[in-house]
Amino acid sequence: MTLEMDASDCSASSATATLDSAALPRPSIDALWRALAAVPDPEIPVVSIIELGILRGIEWDSTNPTTLIVRVTPTYSGCPATEMIATLIREALAAVGLAHLRLETRLAPAWTTDWVTTEGKRKLREFGIAPPDGLRPISECVAIDIIGISPLRRSGVAVVCPRCDSERTQLVSQFGSTACKAQYRCLDCREPFDYFKPH
Amino acid sequence: MTHDASLFQYLLRLGDSPLILAQRLGERIGHGPVLEEDIAEANVGLDLLGQARLWLSYAGEIEARYSPPGRDEDQLAFLRNEGEFRNLLLVEQPNGNFADTIARQFLFDAWHLLLLRALTGSKDGRIGEVAAKGAKEVTYHVERSGDWVVRLGDGTQESHDKMQAAFDGAWMYTGEMFAPDATESALIENGIAADLRVLASPWRQKVDAVLSEATLNIPGDTFMQQGGKRGVHTEHLGHLLAEMQTLQRTYPGARW
Repeated sequence: MTLEMDASDCSASSATATLDSAALPRPSIDALWRALAAVPDPEIPVVSIIELGILRGIEWDSTNPTTLIVRVTPTYSGCPATEMIATLIREALAAVGLAHLRLETRLAPAWTTDWVTTEGKRKLREFGIAPPDGLRPISECVAIDIIGISPLRRSGVAVVCPRCDSERTQLVSQFGSTACKAQYRCLDCREPFDYFKPH
Repeated sequence: MTHDASLFQYLLRLGDSPLILAQRLGERIGHGPVLEEDIAEANVGLDLLGQARLWLSYAGEIEARYSPPGRDEDQLAFLRNEGEFRNLLLVEQPNGNFADTIARQFLFDAWHLLLLRALTGSKDGRIGEVAAKGAKEVTYHVERSGDWVVRLGDGTQESHDKMQAAFDGAWMYTGEMFAPDATESALIENGIAADLRVLASPWRQKVDAVLSEATLNIPGDTFMQQGGKRGVHTEHLGHLLAEMQTLQRTYPGARW
């Protein structure tokens, strides 16, 4: 099922560009992909929307061959970056001469962290965010007590610290600076870090 | 009622509970017991709001089929009156203390996850897609709220007593979660709606397990308050809506 995204309030600059460039030959798919590869995720700008796996595909509209269909999938139902991402996509494609585009939001199949590319995971780790496959089996049960009531228990696996590679880390909260991340801290290097939750 | 009218009503039920709970969680921003939980509550609220938008947008499209032009998600959220809301009574209950907030959240989350998982098999493909997306998010919600039940229940004497009192107070609102009415029964029969009766046993197992680990007692048999599905709400919903809707009611069509 496809939901049409309301793009009427997206940036005026891309709307104006459509008039002037309508007569030009359409850009190659390669050029469009290169432009999209430079669009960052607004909340985690070290990774692009392609590396994050939220850009699901582009193709020329079969009934209207100057219109590009761009399919995106939200990470979370309430992701507040969705509209920002739409604007960035429009601007990036207008900049390489795309005249008309239609953004489609795809809900199914639902986005999964399995779609984060290998390169994307490497960049996340470098940025200090433990990537979604950052789990390592451990035997020790790690406990935490953030407000002195009782331990929040987790056992079996550890989220490895993206800074010092320690397995001695603690969950602080299931939710971090965005819904897609949890908050952890490292008991060795003592740094707090975000963990991109498997989804 | 025609099929579309029933489907519209059902979608309101799916959308209104997360919408109203998101509003309640929004009220708590800046009031969490620790910063991490403040952020967590905002994030859970955001997930629920996103899900509500998907359900209510779909509801509006269905309404347009039998009563054009239909309403969009904003009109449904901001311009319906109290009696037209179809959320569970549980989610409109006030935040109270942190134990009250957590008890309400856990009882809802445990039910919500079962509901969404059941709906992934709906014969209505759009319902299945929205449910599959939401189920992934709610998996984290129930893990968090269940953790807090255990930490507070099996914590100090005071946190234990408050957690127990919170469950005792919220329990009467759990009955309607498992009682389908005529509208739902028809949609259950043709494979579109989830059979709420089937959810009762796994929900109770989950609640039993978590409360037992939390050294809390399951509240005893009590009168079960119902009415959300008919638009008969507790006195709290009207106050919540007054705040949630004031901007669109005062400045119709306002945007930013």
